[in-house]
Amino acid sequence: MPFQNKKQRDERKRYDMGRMLNALSERSLELGPARNAEPTGHFRVARDDDGIVWMVLDRTDKRVNTIDRPVLEELNQHLDRFEREKPAALVIRSAKKAGFAAGADINQFVGASAAEIKAALEQGHQVLDRLARLSCRTIAVVHGHCLGAGLELALACDRRIAVSDASLGFPEVMLGLHPGLGGTFRAPAVADPIEAMTMMLTGRAMPARRARSIGLVDAVVEERHVAAAVEAAFYGDLRRKSPSLAGRALGFRPARQIAARTMRKKTAEKARQENYPAPFRLIDLWEAHGGDEKAMQRAEIDSFAELIESETSKNLVRVFFLREKMKGLKDGSSGVRHVHVIGAGAMGGEIAAWAAGQGFRVTLGDIRLEPIGAAVKKAAAMLEKVVKDPLKVRDALDRLIPDPEGLGVAHADLVIEAAPEKIELKHKIYAGIEPKLKEGALLATNTSALPLQDLASGMRDPSRFVGLHFFNPVSRMQLVEIVSHDRISPETARRATAFAAEISRLPAPVASAPGFLVNRALTPYMAEALVLLDEGIAKERIDRRAEEFGMPMGPIELTDQVGLDIALDVATSLRERLGEDTLPAAPDWLTRMVEEKRLGRKTGRGLYDYDGEGKPKKIAPEALPDGSRDDPDMVDRLILPMLNAVVACIDEKVITDEEIADGAMIFGTGFAPFRGGPVHYARQRGIDAIVARMRELAAKHGPRFTPHPGWERLKG
Amino acid sequence: MNQRPVYLVDGARTPFIKARGRPGPFTPVDLAVQCGRPLLLRQDFPVSAIDLVILGCVNVVADEMNPARVAALRLGISDETPAFTVQINCGSGMQSLDTGFRAIEDGTHEIVLAGGTEALSQSPLVLRRGAVEWFAALNRARSVGDRAKAFAGLKPGYLKPVIGLERGLTDPITDLNMGQTAEILAHFFDVSRREADAYAVESHRRLGEATKNGWLKDEMLPAVARDGRAFDHDDGIRPATTVQDLARLRPAFEKPYGKVTPGNSSQITDGASWVVLASEAAVETYGLEPLARIVDSAWGGLDPSIMGLGPVTAVAPILRRQQMSVDEVDLWELNEAFAAQVLSCVAALDQPEIADGVLGLEGKGGRIERDRLNVDGGAIALGHPVGTSGNRITLHLANALKRLGGKRGIATQCIGGGLGGAMMLEAA
Repeated sequence: MPFQNKKQRDERKRYDMGRMLNALSERSLELGPARNAEPTGHFRVARDDDGIVWMVLDRTDKRVNTIDRPVLEELNQHLDRFEREKPAALVIRSAKKAGFAAGADINQFVGASAAEIKAALEQGHQVLDRLARLSCRTIAVVHGHCLGAGLELALACDRRIAVSDASLGFPEVMLGLHPGLGGTFRAPAVADPIEAMTMMLTGRAMPARRARSIGLVDAVVEERHVAAAVEAAFYGDLRRKSPSLAGRALGFRPARQIAARTMRKKTAEKARQENYPAPFRLIDLWEAHGGDEKAMQRAEIDSFAELIESETSKNLVRVFFLREKMKGLKDGSSGVRHVHVIGAGAMGGEIAAWAAGQGFRVTLGDIRLEPIGAAVKKAAAMLEKVVKDPLKVRDALDRLIPDPEGLGVAHADLVIEAAPEKIELKHKIYAGIEPKLKEGALLATNTSALPLQDLASGMRDPSRFVGLHFFNPVSRMQLVEIVSHDRISPETARRATAFAAEISRLPAPVASAPGFLVNRALTPYMAEALVLLDEGIAKERIDRRAEEFGMPMGPIELTDQVGLDIALDVATSLRERLGEDTLPAAPDWLTRMVEEKRLGRKTGRGLYDYDGEGKPKKIAPEALPDGSRDDPDMVDRLILPMLNAVVACIDEKVITDEEIADGAMIFGTGFAPFRGGPVHYARQRGIDAIVARMRELAAKHGPRFTPHPGWERLKG
Repeated sequence: MNQRPVYLVDGARTPFIKARGRPGPFTPVDLAVQCGRPLLLRQDFPVSAIDLVILGCVNVVADEMNPARVAALRLGISDETPAFTVQINCGSGMQSLDTGFRAIEDGTHEIVLAGGTEALSQSPLVLRRGAVEWFAALNRARSVGDRAKAFAGLKPGYLKPVIGLERGLTDPITDLNMGQTAEILAHFFDVSRREADAYAVESHRRLGEATKNGWLKDEMLPAVARDGRAFDHDDGIRPATTVQDLARLRPAFEKPYGKVTPGNSSQITDGASWVVLASEAAVETYGLEPLARIVDSAWGGLDPSIMGLGPVTAVAPILRRQQMSVDEVDLWELNEAFAAQVLSCVAALDQPEIADGVLGLEGKGGRIERDRLNVDGGAIALGHPVGTSGNRITLHLANALKRLGGKRGIATQCIGGGLGGAMMLEAA
């Protein structure tokens, strides 16, 4: 009878969805004769009956292929042999599921001198030049990620076959660099030069089909047709796209000068040259040498070696490692599969939509159906923008289940409460759901204001309670503050941290203290801006100064974005809890504006007026009347109280790790990434200098600038 | 054969959404997913325990062939669980139940998810035959001259689309529209316009009452569209409508003397319904609380021109097998395709000439009292998404039996093409 093993079968089915496909998936990658070849170092190499050599990169020490010196040296040794043995053709591909190669290993740049880096670059170039000169046809087959140095390796081959899932790009610019292993001259040579430049300037990866249309790859095939496509490339049936007329015209300097002007303008819209020099340098290189590969190659090496020495690049590399460190806080799995979110307001809806987009089953509860509808609508818009693929959007929306009855509570491995910030209401919610929670379920709050120990009082099991403080909009703000309290269990904190990482957000563990880290640090920045406004300085000027420092958004616009009501609430409660000397009092007119429901962007009017698309109507600071008020102290008045708050948080153990504090500020507030984070910035500028400057400001403007005692200990 | 008891454990439907002249927010599978998600959330068994998924659907859209399978996968049901779609016109949602019932009864399955779904608002506009030929000729033409010649074959009439829904509601054997078959019954059973209108008004009133009193709370679960619209009630209902209001409407199918109007016909709506069927073993294993046991099911047939009388042909074999008379059945759900058609069925069972003479009920016929018939309204008030209705009325019968303390009930419906389906439940 079929039912006897029912329980067993339930178990099996539950955990083995797609068993047949899983069993077959190992067969998917076409590795030609190298499939069963013995690895030598990081490569597996074998020759087939037609004399075609397949060379498969499969780093023994990493899950993802990266290109570094040992790999290039190994490649060089193989090239020795190929030059002697003259195979019929050479195929290069990766045996890693994730993709071809993720780029250069950033670790190799850390701590190296410019001379060392230059020497290593020159060696690398020699290897790729040798590969490019090989007399037989060379064919790169790329799938998954094909980035940076990985793409440069592929570009040194005669032909590139992309599997349809491939994503190709040059992310170097994100690290304050440009491609350094031949990308700057090989990419514009094979692809449409303008497209190739745009790709290097923006750092954005492109899907295989788009890469084909710009000529970066020669064919796009499904994995199952790789062998046939390689054969076609070998017999010459795979033709390269000939460059367009416009593309050829860019071989001439005057044409490049015109194009370069447009590129500079577009780049300047995204980044300031003084803060982010790399893209501007790349445009210079191309404008000067675009028609001459050898000259471009020499210039690329020199420029790359210079850029890597720059503060911007060092700080951006630091940011890269901060991100890795935060990701690395994940220790094991969260064990979460089903998330229930209580409250379909702005934050609850965003959290639910994001988690569903990341593959979790999500139930979204609210006492009313309308806000759930509104949240689903916003989720659809967000997912269409972020996930794009309509099938994946559909699946994500199928996973996001409206749940006015709260049926999801009993299924959830994690319940996230995102109800209004009223402690009695939250207590009532917890009392209602606690008895329904399944064993091992976590209970989280998204509160940004209420102390967790107060929220936990009266709970049956406070050890499973944790704060998961997300930032708005969740789809763009990567940070999640993992808020603990005195009765949390280490396992709860561990699982909550892992969950944040599993939904591709960056966890920062903080203690429950007023404003946690990010709001505590941002509030003085916004509060001081209101004081400056009161002093008669134009809001556009205030915002511009902060943006010049490198903040993604000026404090006035940010206050509008947060909402004047929320900003006022947070500022008032922080001032109550941290003391009157720490923050300026909120101006009376702010309270009046809130009463009049002029709440900022969400109501179309706040400190700025907003157009139909939600953009603030600003006067260019240049257009302000001559002699309109200014304050030379402005940037320090905005930024130093923010640093002071971060230092206070470190000193008071709200956050224990300096680097994580920097990462949290960068990923939670957008604090100027090229400055490496607030603490790093302070150290670079000199702690004594900052303390002295704050004392000066305190004498002039009041005790809110008094340096926190933590600065002294930071020096230790 | 060793027949095992089969239980109707739970079920739910979406609110029925009136078609308003353009495609509604949900495809048939969307509706099935909207309905299935919350239903599965409230089950005491894991989703992996579902052995089989069966879904009735008449108007399958081209993007969703075998909607049962598409819905099952989108609901997160294991890819190893078979799912198939059944179609017997307006009986499809009951056919899925019947098929699931037999699959459990015969011992091969333990838990079956059986439903119905229909998005009538998404019925396609179909190209005329001539236009299809014209397109084909154009595609075959190779040379420029041939193409020009083929193109010239276009006739203005080709561009007028055929409304798929209209054709779907027309019987191909007799070329009678469903409304016309109701007119025929009204004539045979002498149903007056006023009786039909009064029946329709009562249907709206009863549904309004049931909704207001929360009797549909567990049965009708909200649906939320991608565009943010939230549906939480049957939006075709007009509880305040009066016989005088309905009297003003003009006949829909046979002007000027016809009796069948939009007001006393079922509404054209979108909606889905799912029911969970379980074996006794599954009920025990997972501690399920059944609503009802399925006692029997049957299908019957008659001439397509009087398809509305289908229910009596399906009810008769059940009454004979169960040795029951009409008045021993506590509750009836008789799908309200048309008021005149429902009243004709009631009349037919009460006329010995038909009940004994044709149906062989041997004196067990009789009158279905109005207080046992469609106690909470029906398709005239909430609509008739054709592939869904059979499922909905069976589920509602189970819920109504429980609420009213009845013992046995019959859900039955007429089926375009001259068929009827019926299912007998016993309160669990």
